[in-house]
Amino acid sequence: MPNMVTIEWYLALSIILFTLGALGVLLRRNAIIIFMSVELMLNSANLLFVAFARYLSDLNGQVLVFFVITVAAAEVAVGLALIVVIFRTRHSINIDEINLLKG
Amino acid sequence: MGSPFIFIILAIIAIAAALGMLLSRNAVHSALYLVLNFATIAVFYLVLNAPFIAMVQVTVYAGAIVVLFLFVIMLLGAEQLRGIGDEAPLGERLHRILAIVLAIALVGVFLYIIFTEGGASSGEIPMIDTNPNQLGLMLFENYILPFEITGVLLLAALIGVVVLGRRKQEKEGDNA
Repeated sequence: MPNMVTIEWYLALSIILFTLGALGVLLRRNAIIIFMSVELMLNSANLLFVAFARYLSDLNGQVLVFFVITVAAAEVAVGLALIVVIFRTRHSINIDEINLLKG
Repeated sequence: MGSPFIFIILAIIAIAAALGMLLSRNAVHSALYLVLNFATIAVFYLVLNAPFIAMVQVTVYAGAIVVLFLFVIMLLGAEQLRGIGDEAPLGERLHRILAIVLAIALVGVFLYIIFTEGGASSGEIPMIDTNPNQLGLMLFENYILPFEITGVLLLAALIGVVVLGRRKQEKEGDNA
């Protein structure tokens, strides 16, 4: 085992987590699970930002992660409100059955 | 950037939690696996010398966002939608196979590029001063405009959610 963790390890982990999130978006039909997968993808990008901030000794990466987390929180709030409204009118959150822009 | 032993254990937990979220049939279980994944990533942030981001991760992601998810899941009673393992129409099964093949290809290509072409040999990495004090100074000196715009964005999200959350009957009642 190499005795030091390099940036490549973090790149690999981040890409695996991102792909798992993308698979979640592609495979699942439940809108809430799809949202969770999007959060997973955002998190893998954040992990990479922090790893590179450490690698390049630059704090800008961490500031950017702060903004990404804020925008993700706003996005989740609006998205879940939309899901609740769709569920009220169509009584389903299966994305195959949500095919109208007009509720 | 941390010892390999800690990295491997944390990475295994993070990937297992992501897989659990992906595969579990109950949406509540998915949300709980997501908490585990977020907590592991918070530990990664601590290892990477970013304590402030780690605490924000725990409070905002594991605290606020996942609680919101759990609220909506329980509000809708949508825990038991069809999972991955169930019977699916033929088109959807082909779709799944294609998605998995593409995912494996994506990871394979990326890992190949990282470990062969990259060659970014990292020697001894200098420690940086990353206490929250430094981060706050940077945020309010260099990023003051984005910070304010974030406030407007959160306000817009708040108003949007309130408008979406109102029931139609009440709105008609208000207009009448």
